[in-house]
Amino acid sequence: MSTKQVCILSLAFVSLSVCAAMPASAQVDLAGMWSSPHHQDWVQRDPGVTPVDYLALPLNEAGREKALLYNYATQTAQMAHQCAYYMPFYLMIGVSGIKIWPETDPVAGNKIVAWKMSGFNFDVITIYVDGRPHPSKTAYHSFSGFTTGVWRGEVLETYTTHMKAGFIRRNGAPSSDQATMRQFMFRHGDLLTITSMLEDPVYLTEPYVVSRVFNLDPRANIRNTEGACEPINEVPGIDDPGFVPHFLPGRNPFVNELTDIYHIPMEAVLGGAETSYPEYRKRLKDAYVRPEKCIRYCGQNAPGLHMISDGTGRPQP
Amino acid sequence: MTSNLARCRIHALSFLTAMAAIAVVVPAGAQGSDDRQGARASARSGAPFDLTGYWVSVVTQDWRQRMVVPPKGDYESIPITVEAKRVGDAWDPAKDEAAGEQCKSYGAPAIMRVPGRVHITWRDDLTLKVDVDAGQQTRLFHFDAAAASGAPNWQGYTAAKWETASGGKSAALKTVTTRLRPGYLRKNGVPYSANAVLTEYWDLFMLPDGQVWLTITTTVDDPLYLRTPWLTALHFKKEADGSKWDPSPCSAFW
Repeated sequence: MSTKQVCILSLAFVSLSVCAAMPASAQVDLAGMWSSPHHQDWVQRDPGVTPVDYLALPLNEAGREKALLYNYATQTAQMAHQCAYYMPFYLMIGVSGIKIWPETDPVAGNKIVAWKMSGFNFDVITIYVDGRPHPSKTAYHSFSGFTTGVWRGEVLETYTTHMKAGFIRRNGAPSSDQATMRQFMFRHGDLLTITSMLEDPVYLTEPYVVSRVFNLDPRANIRNTEGACEPINEVPGIDDPGFVPHFLPGRNPFVNELTDIYHIPMEAVLGGAETSYPEYRKRLKDAYVRPEKCIRYCGQNAPGLHMISDGTGRPQP
Repeated sequence: MTSNLARCRIHALSFLTAMAAIAVVVPAGAQGSDDRQGARASARSGAPFDLTGYWVSVVTQDWRQRMVVPPKGDYESIPITVEAKRVGDAWDPAKDEAAGEQCKSYGAPAIMRVPGRVHITWRDDLTLKVDVDAGQQTRLFHFDAAAASGAPNWQGYTAAKWETASGGKSAALKTVTTRLRPGYLRKNGVPYSANAVLTEYWDLFMLPDGQVWLTITTTVDDPLYLRTPWLTALHFKKEADGSKWDPSPCSAFW
């Protein structure tokens, strides 16, 4: 080997070493524990949403009909459906923070092949960023689905398929096993913002979009496996396979609850894409009468701050 | 041997020269944020992405607090202080309207949450203009790094800078708004004070079908009325034109 070749190879080796030690230019370190501050949609996520509250959900007629059949007893009486909430979209509608960590290629060393996300109740989500394709349409559908990710500059864009049928709100508003989800993750210092777009040709007329902010929090104490949902028989004797909790069409007793308490028109309560746009607000202007006072779930308690934080209508100590 | 070493030095010199040349052509943003450099350059010509155009808010979050005026005492999701509750419990929209204070819920910390359309244009090379049809408000984002000035008003003074990522491939717009006239975070009188600081990150993304979306990450700091900073994120969809632009005046009741 000539001196020239030795020099070139040495310099190439040095430059490759330098490059390998640097993070890939397009990637941001997402690793860490991220707490969820619950500063949006607190009632839906914390104490629990009203049984018939489909506000802002772009449901089609089939989605609305299926949602109205849902009975909360499903949670206790039907083990097969107990974990149906915990699809990857649960990250947007639940209370959990998230832990994110990289999975490196054991052979290539510091090459990141996937990002993993864990949180309360849902299965670990793996975001493959190594370019692998999605499985065939007939492949197994799991609670965590199958997710790939691509860096667009410093934004991680993910795409999830192969999820089981589940729910997009904690009151039975449905998602089908044909649903797919795109997420866009933006990190700004100690803040991580995730915008999620769930598409479902079976139950939605347009993507359901939710954005949440998470706080970097080294004290969040979120583990890599945070106790994924495990079905158990919570009411002994009620696990009769012939018992299927539901409301018959047109018989959901909670359908007027939101209208009675908040004076929200029924058509908005039942969702629909058009209710999420400014034009709809203008339609409400002359029809809506503001209730005088908040009477339940008015906010979170804090030291010295006694709020009506539950459904009793009384400030809590 | 000496000759070989000399040749190697020449090759090394050539290599380092090449690396230096590469460093020169790397976008300026890749070399770290530099306020002085940002102040010299035109914010418009150096914009890493195009925010201009018409945007519509897609209200899929906090619907009951945004699409209608919530009842008095509804503080859901906002980490208020005892003092904020005292002020909020005394909310009287008729009094606000009579006092000419009907724009209190259209100030910068609240305006992007009001359902409506947003029109973004460049007023000049260093100022981005954000018009909002709800309440007919205008926000000005100043890239010239000048000190905040002027009397406090609903939209305050906003300092802006592009936060360019390594490699210059992506970026966000960061804005910090101060000098605010006290107003409401929510239509039902949840207050913010004159000392509130609003920090926003504006991120764009595109879907496979070419549709462009904007996500705004917002932090409101206000120790008088908030126990912790209030963290929210909003999203807007880009529209082809301004055909749905529909200005409406401020209202304390709606």
